[in-house]
Amino acid sequence: MTDLLQLVVYGIVTGSILALGAIGVSLVFSILRFAHFAHGDLMTIGAYGGLIGVALAGVSPIVALPIAIALAVAVALAAEFILYRPLRSSHPIILLISSFGLALILRSAVQLVAGPSPMVYRSGIQMPMRFGDIIIRPDHFWIIGGTLVIILALHLFLSRSKFGKAMRAMSDNMDLARISGIPAYKMILLTWVIAASLAAVAGVFLGMDTRLHPVMGWRLLLPVFAAAILGGIGRPYGAIAGGFIIGISMEVSTMFIDPGYKHAVAFALLVLMLIVRPTGIFKGKSL
Amino acid sequence: MELSGLIGYAVFFLSTVSIYAILALGLNVQWGMTGQINIGIAGFFAVGAYTAAILTSAPNAAHVGGFELPFLVGIVAAVITSSIVALIIGAITVNLRSDYLAIATIGIAEIIRFTFQNEEWLSHGVRGIADIPRPFYEGKESGLVFLAVALVSVAIAYFLVERARVAPWGRVLRAIRDNEIATEAAGKDVRRFRLQAFVFGSALMGFAGALYAHFIGFISPDAFEPVFATFIVWAMLIAGGSGNNKGALLGAIVVWLVWSGTETLVARLPADMATQASAARVLLVGVLLEIVLLTRPQGILPEERPKLIARRKK
Repeated sequence: MTDLLQLVVYGIVTGSILALGAIGVSLVFSILRFAHFAHGDLMTIGAYGGLIGVALAGVSPIVALPIAIALAVAVALAAEFILYRPLRSSHPIILLISSFGLALILRSAVQLVAGPSPMVYRSGIQMPMRFGDIIIRPDHFWIIGGTLVIILALHLFLSRSKFGKAMRAMSDNMDLARISGIPAYKMILLTWVIAASLAAVAGVFLGMDTRLHPVMGWRLLLPVFAAAILGGIGRPYGAIAGGFIIGISMEVSTMFIDPGYKHAVAFALLVLMLIVRPTGIFKGKSL
Repeated sequence: MELSGLIGYAVFFLSTVSIYAILALGLNVQWGMTGQINIGIAGFFAVGAYTAAILTSAPNAAHVGGFELPFLVGIVAAVITSSIVALIIGAITVNLRSDYLAIATIGIAEIIRFTFQNEEWLSHGVRGIADIPRPFYEGKESGLVFLAVALVSVAIAYFLVERARVAPWGRVLRAIRDNEIATEAAGKDVRRFRLQAFVFGSALMGFAGALYAHFIGFISPDAFEPVFATFIVWAMLIAGGSGNNKGALLGAIVVWLVWSGTETLVARLPADMATQASAARVLLVGVLLEIVLLTRPQGILPEERPKLIARRKK
């Protein structure tokens, strides 16, 4: 029982990271209409952006979040201007393939600059906190708490602000949104800013939870897609639920099967979902 | 460089290109002709490679295999197993479109790689399978013999794919790619054709995998990472010209020239950067792919529509 609870705690941590990534993937998928394969590597960029702050200023990764966000947003907007905008008029799949190429460019760029070996934000052992038999690291509190704050902020943005409502409208029905006068290109740029910011935070959290490595984000890409699809594409709240479901399933599965298959659990759930109910739990759209 | 060294390099280069050319032809059936995005090339490549390796290598207590069967048996078995795997995966994913198929295939390919990584009894895990024999002849000239085998293999694959392209079958595939609903309305069983194309393409990928295992003589899960076994093949087909089989061959040569050219380039980097050399190469090929997509999305050789084989009745 203790083991199970402990794994659920780890699952919530993983789920927080996945949820932040999945919201971005889901928004990009529904507004820009393609599966953004470079999203995991955008998380990596964010994680290493945070490392710049940690290394230069000696601050904690949480304080370095703005640097991480700025870097990831800059990369996403550069990709939009150089790649995605010119390619938007060609076949939609060309966008997907170009994002696959960008994923490799970003990953190898990180490896060139930072080297292939894993890094950490902070060396040494953190004093874990004990709650009965359950152990929680302070970093885990930051990750879960930070995610909750961001989800709340996102909720307020989507439900209260003009841009948030416009974004939901575009995600629900692009044509209807366009004829009702929503500035489409502004919304596309805003989508990138939000998606990249969330990816950056997810990357920093992932770096705090484990270590930094050039393939850290790529490894998480499929679980992130799984979460987005599970929740229903275009449903930000679905992406959050999907993130926690996938995260908890991945961690709890290690009780029953070899931990080497942890990621395979996410893929299997993804494939299962695609077959049984491609629109996801929250009835997102199918492309 | 001495002449023998140069010849040796040419033999190695052409052998590698041949293996990639078969992968690109397989992808062309799926993507170029049918419009199916398979980002799980590595999975079928791995299934073919492991099948051939297990059947033809010498006995090893650490994993199954050691049957020491002849090369041709291994090749045929590799094609059959990858076809069966493709049939199962295809039957599951046949209703998925575009992005969803892409995500599903890459997920499945990763599951396959994890399986080979974790199932020690089957594949010796991360340590891989070694001592896979060269086809027909082991010895000093085995490289040349292998090249001959590889070139014949490319010729067979090219013949099959080109024949399929000009046949009515290929026409249905292109019709599905261009307008699925109209094809369905014309009375074609779209699911069936999609599945056939998926299995055909994947069988070629398994074939290439078997050749790869015999060429390198050693396989481990690392070789089936998406970067090496999937991304480069996509770059090759897109650069060469998707839909065009000659383009697939040309793309394999061009991209591999760039890839191995960068190897020479990064060899000049200081020694402490040597580990980053492969990153620099992936970066360069990635940039190249983006430039091709932006400037010439139809590739070097654009698709040609085949002439109708059957004459219209007068």
